[in-house]
Amino acid sequence: MSNDRKIRRDLEPEVSDKLRQQVAELNQCLEDNDYAGAMNLINELSEVRDQSLYREVGRLTRTLHEAIRNFQIDPRSEEQKEVLSLMTDASDRLAYVVQMTGQAANRTMDLVEESMPVAQALGDEATVLREEWQRLRRREMQPAEFRDLFGRIDAFFVSVTSDAEAIYNSLSEILLAQDFQDLTGQVIQRVTALVKEVEEQMLSLVVMASHVDQLTGTVHQLENQVVSAEQGQGPQMKAEEREDVVSGQNDVDDLLSSLGF
Amino acid sequence: MKILIVDDFSTMRRIIKNLLRDLGFTNTDEADDGNTAMPMLKTGKYDFLITDWNMPGMSGFDLLKNVRADEDLKTLPVLMVTAEAKRDQIVAAAQAGVNGYVVKPFTAAVLKEKIEKVFERIQ
Repeated sequence: MSNDRKIRRDLEPEVSDKLRQQVAELNQCLEDNDYAGAMNLINELSEVRDQSLYREVGRLTRTLHEAIRNFQIDPRSEEQKEVLSLMTDASDRLAYVVQMTGQAANRTMDLVEESMPVAQALGDEATVLREEWQRLRRREMQPAEFRDLFGRIDAFFVSVTSDAEAIYNSLSEILLAQDFQDLTGQVIQRVTALVKEVEEQMLSLVVMASHVDQLTGTVHQLENQVVSAEQGQGPQMKAEEREDVVSGQNDVDDLLSSLGF
Repeated sequence: MKILIVDDFSTMRRIIKNLLRDLGFTNTDEADDGNTAMPMLKTGKYDFLITDWNMPGMSGFDLLKNVRADEDLKTLPVLMVTAEAKRDQIVAAAQAGVNGYVVKPFTAAVLKEKIEKVFERIQ
């Protein structure tokens, strides 16, 4: 493990030396029937234990505090600075990610919903004109109808130009609406780094607590938490490598048909 | 044909609504969790329910169970459209009486196929 340095598996040498020394003194007191001295030593022993615990907790608290303080993002523009100065903690930042991605999705869908009828109308008109054009080629058209068609084709060319431009502009704006990825990506990376750091510190707290457990002789009853199938868990990671998770709609269909669906 | 779309994210409701419109289903309503969906369903106006699983308030799974337990709604076709991808969850949904299960992310073709399949089976 790369953070072996951080996670000490033994007590600090000065603490274990002190313990050994006090145990020897305690033995001596007991041999000499000096019970008052023995009691004092036992008190001192528990003080050593407590102090080493407090020291570790203090160290952990400082490191956690620093990790949280270091959890900053470098705003690159005045606008970003203003937005980011409003956010002071990880949950605010994640709420900001949800908001930004929501805005981008809605902006994109606005533009798509605007463009779809335009594309649909172009296609419909082209279909009608093609049918008329074929009638003309088959010489089934009266001169009056031809004059109509002539005007309609003219108008169609005009609308093709403006509609194509409108669709192009929408697509270009959809492209721009993806710029959230830059900011949200930064925020998520920061939160991920913070979570990792906190995780490491929690691990060292657990290791430290296990030393205390050894000293106090505490045994924990750990229960395995079973998550009910009925509880929603959100998207699963590394689905391809896992047996208990489907890796796509085909897997779902296979599973359901195996159940007689 | 009136369809109720239940999802806590408005973007997902909008995507499903758009895909349904392309499939010719223009009569849709939206709800953001089971608690808001249930009273709407109880009005009896809906012929089809599309629901997410993981939502604050009442989950889609509980909504499915409530629908199946309701005398007036127990035959309502329910399609689950969800990111929940654990095998035991899909089995649980099937046992609870879901009519179709689409796992996110999905395509328009998959949604269309599953909706058609549900209708085929109930007709």
